[in-house]
Amino acid sequence: MALELTAARPDPALLDLPWRLPLEEWPDDILAALPRGISRHVVRFVRLSGRVLAIKEIKDDIARREYEMLRNLGRLHMPAVEPFAVVSGRVGMDGRPLDACLVTRHLQFSLPYRALYSQSLRKGTATRLIDALAVLLVRLHLAGFWWGDVSLSNTLFRRDAGAFAAYLVDAETGELRNRLSDGQREHDLEIARVNIAGELMDLEAGGLLQEERDPVEVSERIMTRYRDLWTELTSEQLIDDSERWRVDDRIRRLNEKGFDVDELEITTDIDGTTIRIQPKVVDSGHHSRRLLRLTGLDVRENQARRLLNDLEVFSAATGRQGEDEEIIAHDWLASVYEPVTRGVPRHLVAKLEPAEVFHEVLEHRWYLAERARHDIPIQEAVTDYVATVLPGKPDERAVLGVDTEELPVVADGGA
Amino acid sequence: MATVKFDGASRIYPGNDTPSVDKLDIDIADGEFLVLVGPSGCGKSTSLRMLAGLEEVNGGKIWIGDRDVTDLSPKDRDVAMVFQNYALYPHMTVADNMGFALKIAGVDKGEIRKRVEEAANILDLTQYLERKPKALSGGQRQRVAMGRAIVRSPQVFLMDEPLSNLDAKLRVQTRTQIASLQRRLGVTTVYVTHDQVEAMTMGDRIALLKDGILQQCATPREMYDNPANLFVAGFIGSPAMNLVTVPVTADGAKFGNHTVSLPRERAGDGGSSLIVGVRPEDVEVTTNNDGLELTVDVVEELGADAYVYGTPTDPNIKLEGGDDNLVKPFIARVDGRQVPEKGGKIYVYPKSQHMHVFDPSSGARLG
Repeated sequence: MALELTAARPDPALLDLPWRLPLEEWPDDILAALPRGISRHVVRFVRLSGRVLAIKEIKDDIARREYEMLRNLGRLHMPAVEPFAVVSGRVGMDGRPLDACLVTRHLQFSLPYRALYSQSLRKGTATRLIDALAVLLVRLHLAGFWWGDVSLSNTLFRRDAGAFAAYLVDAETGELRNRLSDGQREHDLEIARVNIAGELMDLEAGGLLQEERDPVEVSERIMTRYRDLWTELTSEQLIDDSERWRVDDRIRRLNEKGFDVDELEITTDIDGTTIRIQPKVVDSGHHSRRLLRLTGLDVRENQARRLLNDLEVFSAATGRQGEDEEIIAHDWLASVYEPVTRGVPRHLVAKLEPAEVFHEVLEHRWYLAERARHDIPIQEAVTDYVATVLPGKPDERAVLGVDTEELPVVADGGA
Repeated sequence: MATVKFDGASRIYPGNDTPSVDKLDIDIADGEFLVLVGPSGCGKSTSLRMLAGLEEVNGGKIWIGDRDVTDLSPKDRDVAMVFQNYALYPHMTVADNMGFALKIAGVDKGEIRKRVEEAANILDLTQYLERKPKALSGGQRQRVAMGRAIVRSPQVFLMDEPLSNLDAKLRVQTRTQIASLQRRLGVTTVYVTHDQVEAMTMGDRIALLKDGILQQCATPREMYDNPANLFVAGFIGSPAMNLVTVPVTADGAKFGNHTVSLPRERAGDGGSSLIVGVRPEDVEVTTNNDGLELTVDVVEELGADAYVYGTPTDPNIKLEGGDDNLVKPFIARVDGRQVPEKGGKIYVYPKSQHMHVFDPSSGARLG
């Protein structure tokens, strides 16, 4: 049987990896990190042609299915890891066939939840992770994706202006439908709830959960956050004909939550006294799309919100509110944003992404100003931040998991 | 524990003309292990999900015990989907790994402990309850995952291809474990698989679906001995039944120059041909020009037995299930000590008491 490589843009260097060895036996010198993940499968990270790839050993048909599913999620612009290749037809040194491998790109600056718990944590990390997961689940459900195995382990998190943005990592059990039934959504939610509780209880048992709160209680948050957001995004609203401003109000509330309304269904009753409105198509990324249009910066939703606020302040402070937005944005980029992000010396760039550094510098300036009881120029805040705060942070560009272990379920001699 | 009843249950996906599940009628007894089996796209998973409350029911009803659950939400049905997600938590003991979902459901500590101990006893895990999963073997970990479903003590277990991502060896081990466990627990179980061997070895009864329509629901033995139609005949059994269209005369069905007599109820509507089915073990094989002539292509030696794969010498005789690219071979089981030579000629005809006859136009079983 010949080794078979399925990829949209195959990298020939992929063929140099030791595919004849079971993934578990790959030599340390090609691995980017040690074993990880509460996983039924063996997973390894390797460096290849300047990038980090995640490799998961699973059965051929499942690998192909997941590869296709991740590609489809990419086409739908869902936040998920990017599939890179499927390697099948593997044969071991002893001539026996080996399982296929699904290869995905590692998401830069992403953090597994267990890595977050090994750092000294800000209070409320669990709830912020759950909030991010709730947004992800709502987005996936709106797109018709039935996940089947929602958990913190199957999600990666990126910092987003003090909060987190969540990305789907494991689509093994997922299915794409035109529309999900309430039963299907509730099923995902129930699975999410049980898994999150289990994951937090496990951290508690391992002495990694500093917070005193009961995991079961914390896990309930996924239900309430999810349901609130789902209702806000999809519910039908009846308004009186004399209160048409409420249509705009609904759209503004959705925008504030980071969602754009592409289509709104508006119907009036026969005598024209009440209007029924229901968002038909909503898409997240309201602020990040706006920032991208104005500045060309591609950042996450909360980061974009933060940057847009600063742009607003800049515009007011320089007395240019009536001017063309794009011109102001260009000036803000050149005179505020770039000097801050360029202020990070080369050896510290792997700590945090530029947009997150900007957010932190703004926070830092606020603390400094509060302490000094007067305004602090941004350059001064950058210098102090780079000298006192940033060096103490861990490198997060390629955090590949800490304190995790594999529990593969495989056949054994007895039983 | 409870009975389950699909009562004319249908599911039509929006935008589709034909139902994915069409007026399904199955009565499942209390404590029974029913396997839904069929090729991909036959509606087996959809049927299971209708029972779980994960797919809408567009027609008919579904009952669990004496409750009409057709419109109930999944969590109000008291069913458990098994193995959907069986991550084990490394810092938690085996007991906690099995019982933590009950804690979420608000079950009190004493009751959790009791149910975990009962499950551990059934699963042979009692001595490992205070250990961490890392100290267990792969098979024991698999049993911990089963324990998580057992402690919930639902009325019905639902399993959707639970073995599909296990390696071949563990699949066989786990198959046996699930079947014996189900019998010990006596909980009504509905199990979905595409694999007829899994269905035959595990189920009390099998429901075989094709294109959303139930083909037959019966015990494995009944399915094997009396398949209701051509599709069932071809699907159940490995190697598959030989299905061959043969001429019919007033004396019976002709296998070459050998005539097998047909009772009137099996003679069909008097057409000139019928489809005859014969399992490899029910084939009479001779070398003295008595029966359908085959050229031997392959002989598969299994020790006590051997399977002979042959092609009819008459190019007009074709076996069902083949196509233009693939000529389906005729398979016969023979004594391993007397195997014909590759390339040689043999003559075959069915043992008359083990012959199946099907109507060539409808595919229905005759007699």
